[in-house]
Amino acid sequence: MNPDKNNLNNYIYVGTSLFALAILDVFLSSFFQINITSFLPSFLSFIFPLIVGLLGLHLIRIEFSGIKKLDLINKNINTNTFNALLTLVIIFIIIKSIPPIMSWFIVDANISGDTKEACTGSGACWTYIKIWMRRFVYGMYPNELQWRINISFILLVALAFVGYIPSEKFKKFLTLYYVVIYPIIAFILIYYLISGGAFGLEWVETGAWGGLSLTFIVSFFCLIFCFPVGMFLALGRRSQLPTLKYISIGFIEFWRGVPLITVLFMSSVMFPMFLPEDFFMDKLVRVIIAISLFEAAYVAEVIRGGLQALPKGQYDAAKSLGMGYWKMHIFVILPQALKLVIPGIANTFLALVKDTPLIFVVGLLEIVGMLNLAKTNPKWLGFAMEGYVFAAIIFWIICYAMSKYSYNLELKYKTER
Amino acid sequence: MNAKVRKIIPQILTLAVVALIFGFFTINAQTNMENRGIEFGYGFLSQESSFDVQFSLIEYDGSHSYARAYLVGLLNTLLVAFIGIIISTILGVVIGIARLSPNYLIERSATFYVEFFRNIPLLLQIFFWYFAALRALPLPQDADAIMGVFFLTIKGLFVPRFVWENLDIFLYSILAAIISMIVIKNYARKLQENEGKQIPLLYISLGLFIILPLLTFLVGGVSLSFEIPVIKQLSTTSFVYEGGLGIPPELIALTLALALYTATFIAECVRAGIQGISKGQKEAAASIGLTPNQVLKLVIMPQALRIIIPPTTNQYLNLTKNSSLAAAIAYPDLVLVFAGTALMQTGRAIEIVSITMFTYLSISLSISVLMNWYNKRIAITEK
Repeated sequence: MNPDKNNLNNYIYVGTSLFALAILDVFLSSFFQINITSFLPSFLSFIFPLIVGLLGLHLIRIEFSGIKKLDLINKNINTNTFNALLTLVIIFIIIKSIPPIMSWFIVDANISGDTKEACTGSGACWTYIKIWMRRFVYGMYPNELQWRINISFILLVALAFVGYIPSEKFKKFLTLYYVVIYPIIAFILIYYLISGGAFGLEWVETGAWGGLSLTFIVSFFCLIFCFPVGMFLALGRRSQLPTLKYISIGFIEFWRGVPLITVLFMSSVMFPMFLPEDFFMDKLVRVIIAISLFEAAYVAEVIRGGLQALPKGQYDAAKSLGMGYWKMHIFVILPQALKLVIPGIANTFLALVKDTPLIFVVGLLEIVGMLNLAKTNPKWLGFAMEGYVFAAIIFWIICYAMSKYSYNLELKYKTER
Repeated sequence: MNAKVRKIIPQILTLAVVALIFGFFTINAQTNMENRGIEFGYGFLSQESSFDVQFSLIEYDGSHSYARAYLVGLLNTLLVAFIGIIISTILGVVIGIARLSPNYLIERSATFYVEFFRNIPLLLQIFFWYFAALRALPLPQDADAIMGVFFLTIKGLFVPRFVWENLDIFLYSILAAIISMIVIKNYARKLQENEGKQIPLLYISLGLFIILPLLTFLVGGVSLSFEIPVIKQLSTTSFVYEGGLGIPPELIALTLALALYTATFIAECVRAGIQGISKGQKEAAASIGLTPNQVLKLVIMPQALRIIIPPTTNQYLNLTKNSSLAAAIAYPDLVLVFAGTALMQTGRAIEIVSITMFTYLSISLSISVLMNWYNKRIAITEK
């Protein structure tokens, strides 16, 4: 009994009501634990909404019905039986999963109180997150000194937006500012304000840094360092001088071939052996160098892709104007190549941010490390789930925002060819 | 003359800088090791390791050498990589195709999956599965059997073990089936090229693949039985499973996290590959009378695979390298067993870290070489 246009209204009427009945059945059983088909055997009762829904969708699958909305639905979610089945399964899963998720996150969750005992509901214990919030954000940094971290970050963010202010006249200095001056300011800020030890500020050792702020510090510096190193490596790999070329290739392939965790192992146990005995290098500095070199190799390969994608004519044209190697690259090649590789660079930076939790290997505790520390605290046992969900949400927001931003950047710099 | 000098000077300078750095490191390393009384060398590999490993594919205990401990770690790493690659490929291909589905809901769910799992650090996902999700499983004594034979508990997954008799004959029969399938395939191609005849290749190969191994059961004396895990009480509170095959929770958490995470990237590769083929190809193929199946097999897939395979291999490599995160949840992989425990015991940082890095490096480089060879082979030869 294939539906056709002759009895259009009847088919739609029966079909939609069957479909609605299926949805209603799942909805009631999911939200109110009412099973309206309890008179059926349990298995039949379980697949009842699927059968009824399929039948309903089958009845409203009428091609060129002339009703715009119906055609739209049929085209998008109801092209054949298999598609209809998948559609129903997805809708049912969504309806079924809303109540448990809502109850865990909000309805049965607790946020009041200061101790574990305040968490009486069967849902999440947000009290745990609330109490440990400072540790998750600032690590072991002393509570009364945390304003220093806040001020540094506010200043750094503010300074990052300087690029939007100046007039056309100063625009040409922006690259210089972002590549050279800004990193220096950032380093001075972090060195003197967060680390302290001068101007009457109390010194805080890097071992006490931690939490989300450490995630930001590590990713920030690695971002700044890995980019220029990667650019030089990419140029080196495409160089016509054999020594430069093979050293770059060796360097890039070495770092790309090993996992980050072994690189961090190297920086913590093997690297001190290579330094003079009385020479001390801070753990955090070693980690930042290690991650920067590691990510630089990936950045180099991405930039090389951009360099290779440029037509040879660009090189020839620049040379015919009498430009030397550096002039040609700075004014002609790199601006175009970098524009091409924005998505690739953004992906590498995203990978970098997602790799920062690995620094737990050398004993630095950023947010994921702090979570693992907090969940072993005897007063707060059994809240691993809340902690991981919390960290996952934070990382997800950061990474998703970064990828959306890079997508916008890509659109902005897309020049017609 | 001038140009020549300009080419040579930077090279000499770079070489000098590199040599200086290496020389500086070597001299420091030598003095440091002399001061600590360590002698550089790989002789320790044959010494007795005297530590135990929780999970091992080959026979191993404390009386074996460090070299064997290395092998245990390497095999465990390869095991995780192998299972992870299989699961992530299946999942990735399904999700990648789902992202191109005309069904709005399917497309949205696939996108949600990709955006969700891609943007959360892998380490966090591993921790989540291991410390939060798998810890919520029942104790061994409370676990219900799934389909009567599987037991999913906080101590791991217990599955029936295959007990083979004359396994080698069975494996030979599979090998014979594969070889005869290749022979028949070549014959069928020749037949089609020369005489234009087609034979039902798929049914013949499937038949061979099923009948040959089946024959060994009937005539070859091969038999297969299952050893089902049985719970046994040790004391009032401690229970263990005996028999069967126990899969430790570390392995489950690690493989699951790796597979779910890598699948998002593979899905993107698959999507890009299929989208990269112009519609004209499909229409042209259809217009010369190929059936939809033939269009997919002879026109779309060969071209799509050319785009899909190189980045996907890269993802396999990433998965293998990421499996080193096992150290975080104490799954005894190469990094934990060798760069962790063995390094702690011997204190030979330079030797052990260099061996570990070299191992990963050789895996990566050999796959890269293979990939380059493959790329050259399938590259479109333009006129």
